[in-house]
Amino acid sequence: MKNDKFAINISHSEPGPGDAGQTGSWRVERPVLDAAKCIPAKTGKESCFLCWMYCPDGVISRTIPPGFDFQYCKGCGICAEECPADAITMVRETESGDETTGC
Amino acid sequence: MNTVSKAIDLPIEELVHPGNRACSGCGLSLIYRTALKALGRDTILVVPPSCLTVLQGLYPIAATQLPCVNVTFASTAAAASGVQAALRAQGRQNTLVAAWAGDGGTSDIGIQALSGACERQENFIYICYDNEAYMNTGVQRSGTTPAGALTTTTPLVGKAQQRKNVARIVAAHDIPYVATCSASYPLDLYNKMARARTMTGIRYFHIHTPCPAGWGFDPRFTVKMGKLAVETGLFELYEIENGRFSLTGASKRLLDKERTPVEKYFSVQSRFKVLPREQVERIQQETDRRWNELKQTQS
Amino acid sequence: MHCIETGNTAAATGVKLARTQVIAAYPITPQTPLTEKLSEFVAAGEMKAEYIPVESEHSALSVCIAASSAGARAFTATSANGLLYMHEQIHWAAGARLPIVMCVVNRGVGAPWSVWNDHQDSMSQRDTGWIHLHAASHQQIIDTVIQAFRIAETVRIPVMVCYDGYLLSHTYMPYEVPDQDKVDRFLAGSAPARLLDPSSPMNLNTVTLPNTRPDVRGDIAPAYMEIRHCLQQDLTRTTAVVEQADRDYRDLTGRGGHPLYECYRCEDAEFIAICLGSLSRQLRGVVDSLRSASVKTGVIALRLYRPFPAEQLVPELDKARGVLVFEKALSYGYEGPLFSELKAALYHGSRRPVLHNCIVGLGGRTITTADLHTALADFCVDPETVRKASPQWIGLAPLK
Repeated sequence: MKNDKFAINISHSEPGPGDAGQTGSWRVERPVLDAAKCIPAKTGKESCFLCWMYCPDGVISRTIPPGFDFQYCKGCGICAEECPADAITMVRETESGDETTGC
Repeated sequence: MNTVSKAIDLPIEELVHPGNRACSGCGLSLIYRTALKALGRDTILVVPPSCLTVLQGLYPIAATQLPCVNVTFASTAAAASGVQAALRAQGRQNTLVAAWAGDGGTSDIGIQALSGACERQENFIYICYDNEAYMNTGVQRSGTTPAGALTTTTPLVGKAQQRKNVARIVAAHDIPYVATCSASYPLDLYNKMARARTMTGIRYFHIHTPCPAGWGFDPRFTVKMGKLAVETGLFELYEIENGRFSLTGASKRLLDKERTPVEKYFSVQSRFKVLPREQVERIQQETDRRWNELKQTQS
Repeated sequence: MHCIETGNTAAATGVKLARTQVIAAYPITPQTPLTEKLSEFVAAGEMKAEYIPVESEHSALSVCIAASSAGARAFTATSANGLLYMHEQIHWAAGARLPIVMCVVNRGVGAPWSVWNDHQDSMSQRDTGWIHLHAASHQQIIDTVIQAFRIAETVRIPVMVCYDGYLLSHTYMPYEVPDQDKVDRFLAGSAPARLLDPSSPMNLNTVTLPNTRPDVRGDIAPAYMEIRHCLQQDLTRTTAVVEQADRDYRDLTGRGGHPLYECYRCEDAEFIAICLGSLSRQLRGVVDSLRSASVKTGVIALRLYRPFPAEQLVPELDKARGVLVFEKALSYGYEGPLFSELKAALYHGSRRPVLHNCIVGLGGRTITTADLHTALADFCVDPETVRKASPQWIGLAPLK
């Protein structure tokens, strides 16, 4: 982007995570998975993954069981709402008993 | 081309980074993530001011792993034409150009450039994500805001006018492919987008995109809200391919099912809280009339 | 090759010889024949370019902005209200540092409608960050268009090549067309940067914050103000690039030698007239006539208007007793823009010539040589008295 004489600065952004910082700090509630109800966890098979599909931020892993990236999860609760097995519940951050907020 | 029928059929690779500035429960985030899986890495994006500008990140970090040119509000389709012209001139024919604009950027300020590009039969995909108001500037009415909706510029009694049907306006240009989609049906969206990826000519997508902040509902209901719009028959999923109209997915299945009363959709969003009962009834009647027509032509 | 053609054809031929890859065009008088000619070149296979017949000038420049971002050499042309309709995009093209070349076939702006020549249109785009070059003859039009691509691509700043509507655009005059191989040599190694490429994705011109912040590697990236400062720095350095382009062009074609401004009989001139465009040719006759009456006058045609070559102009002007600025544009409520700028440039000089401003030819009003002669002659006789009437409107009809 540079030569000797002309600096030629332009506004060009490069891909990278976390432009808005650790968006996990936005969370009021966090998703908690009950592996006993989760279909892939229960069957041990790659299946369902509706939580992964519907997550707006792509912070749910397509793994058995699915995992949450709490560094960036904004806590919207769509995963809990759409889980066909009611395996995810949203718990208030202050009541979750887990200090790892990721922030 | 393989169509997907289950979530696990979707490509696992993510082209949008987390930690972006989209609101919690953003419908656009959901469709953007899904659509980019269908478009793939060999794609150049064209984006005017919109919520996507914010989602994509503030300089110098970008949430998107694809090249993107941000352009002025009115110029999206013209800019997409320009990228495509450069690619043709350089023999880079395989690279796809995809324009992403909101409903204001498409139905209002950008419609001239869009119409021009359609008339010229340009070669790119144009995506309008319709969250039914100028959300990025704080929920002002747009050409696609539905009648009765409260916005910050229709603050007391809601919007007095009908929304304009942009997909039908675009279809009137006789372009090869027009599709409507919803953020609540990512598989339908993926399939249509992946198929459009293989076509040439201008391809238009109109994607119904629930917005928790602008419509007034809890972010956890984004998917439910989009589904309600389809299940009440207020928003239809369809394709118009070479002039042939066909309902698809959940809307096609709705031909043989009882539709949810529109009242249910209006009652769960605070933007419709002043919508008078009589108007809800009129909208129900109009919806019934439209679906009777659809049943006759689509069955 | 020697030919006799219109100024618009001269411009189109320059665009063709530069092997422009993307042309976007929307008709507007008096620019239209230029883009018609280009469409003819493309349709006849004489030129391999993508010709996009857009639905507005706003879109015309948008196509060029996007095509240039993707690394293609892009061109458009317009006039008057078409240029004004582009205004947002004109700022954008400069801020995004895209080497687009655009011909502005100067025309008065509405209201009321006028299709005839003045310079109000390009003047209104003065502060957008573009390089402004003015051609004063058909030969300068073709030569300047070709040089514009080299200049734009070297400094990555868009260039406007301005020339007078009808007076140059539609009149037939002789000029030399350079050989294709010479133009190819002149532009060898010059091309727009390919910024849009899936193999190295970047997101161009996203929202840029007031203050600096780290990039993905943790290095502090320049913010809006640094980016704009850089445009200013690079633009001021462009003067040397314009001079170099003209030198190289002269080496190839034998033409050139007045890259920033063209002086006519200025060496010993006590009074200098200065203007933009074809008016300078008419003023040469006036100068000759006054010289034959022993009044030492000269005329300067400014070729490079932005960046403003103040440093080079001041020594040409401050040796004169008086400088008369003839302008076809006005900053309403004050005076001619070029006049203000020259006045400011001369402020720090050791000698300050008397300055006077004449407004002429708005909306194509006929500029008679007799009027020009009277204005300059009167100024030479009593500059101090005459200057008090600045800006003086020349050629106004005496109405009741």
